[in-house]
Amino acid sequence: MSLAGEVRLVAGKDLRIEARSRVTLAQVLPFGGIVLLLFAFALDPDRGRLAAVAPGLFWVAVLLAALLAIGRSFAIEQQNGARDGLRLSGIDGAAVFLGKTIAVAAQLLLLEVVLGFGVAVLYGVDVTSVVVLVVAGVAATAGLAATGTLFGVLAAGLRTRETLLPLLLLPVITPVMLGATRAFESGLGGEPAEAWPWIALLGAFAVLYLSVGVLAFGPLWEDS
Amino acid sequence: MVPLVRLRSVVCLLGRFPALAGVDLDVASGEIVLLTGPNGAGKSTLLRVLAGLLPIHRGDAEVFGHDLGVDRRAHRRDLALVGHETSCYDDLTTRENLRFAARASGRDAAAGDAALERLDLTGQADVAHGRLSAGQRRRLALAVALARDPKLLLLDEPHAGLDAEGRVLLAEIVAGAPDEGRTVVLASHELDLTRPLATREVVVVGGRASGRFPPPAPDPVVSGVDGAPTAVVEPAP
Repeated sequence: MSLAGEVRLVAGKDLRIEARSRVTLAQVLPFGGIVLLLFAFALDPDRGRLAAVAPGLFWVAVLLAALLAIGRSFAIEQQNGARDGLRLSGIDGAAVFLGKTIAVAAQLLLLEVVLGFGVAVLYGVDVTSVVVLVVAGVAATAGLAATGTLFGVLAAGLRTRETLLPLLLLPVITPVMLGATRAFESGLGGEPAEAWPWIALLGAFAVLYLSVGVLAFGPLWEDS
Repeated sequence: MVPLVRLRSVVCLLGRFPALAGVDLDVASGEIVLLTGPNGAGKSTLLRVLAGLLPIHRGDAEVFGHDLGVDRRAHRRDLALVGHETSCYDDLTTRENLRFAARASGRDAAAGDAALERLDLTGQADVAHGRLSAGQRRRLALAVALARDPKLLLLDEPHAGLDAEGRVLLAEIVAGAPDEGRTVVLASHELDLTRPLATREVVVVGGRASGRFPPPAPDPVVSGVDGAPTAVVEPAP
């Protein structure tokens, strides 16, 4: 089977499992919504202030929810020794990485769409450029999913994986949080043209971690 | 003739513990090799080393001519391991798990459907793995192995949890393996059921393998690292 076929197989399997178990819909999505709501209560009911910090709060909510989705992506491989079955199948480690990254990214994009509506309703933001929001969202999601999947496999075989994953991932993902927040500030009431340097940063980060993941995931998958 | 499996003085450490302490083992194509020995002797570790799931720390190991010290992945597409767990996903149905296993191994999804029928699991085809009984899961694990159409079938306590009908199916699969071009290495404590099927028995004790069965082998293919068998198993009457 070609690499593309293996990627489709792994991504399809993960997405089918998530559609069947509904963990994203029933747990991750409500979690993201609650985070947004709590921020709204904690900061101020003053919508002007909330609108100003909405981009940062949106991406913090996405990041926290992403930790759950990434952890889940590897938890399903720990059930019943499924990981051994996948390793024995001979599927290339790069295909497992890309397949899992695509599945996580698809869930995050769905999450972002729903949370985006939540931000619009709760925080009363003005959208100045949908294009900026979409492009920045896709680039940031690709980087977040690729980095999360790469670090997820490091923590996968450890009993402390639930606490180790955030410790490993959060410092590394800082450029994505920074770039995505700045780009969203430009798309939500700011000047859209100012978003593109940040979007370029997000794109470069995504390409970097997708490349590192394709090369490094296989050995980590074997030995973690 | 080059053996399908060739191990020489293989050591495998689990942490600092030598789970395999110098195993020599040759397995020829078409053999059905029974691994016996007490709990903790290293049988499961030996099977996982053969599958390439565990690294070797000393010695030489070749499966299908691939050096496992260099590459533990190259031979995997041609083998299947039925271990203590099913390697299946709780939220996928029996049919979906089998089709995924077949396709992931480069086979057609139809190979999964054929394995479904062979293990008599058609009644559970659309039942999620998480809702199957322990015995049905065991059958599914066997079906997953067959869906991969392996040349080398590694079975670790395959009778565990199987009902009488399942044990008959398992016996048919093992006995018919040479005719299907398969070699089998199985570890079992169910000696009454497995000895009649085996072409050779290897005793694993303290991380070393030895033994012969049946006797006419020109030279004990398997021995401890020092060449002295730690135990000899006589043929079943």
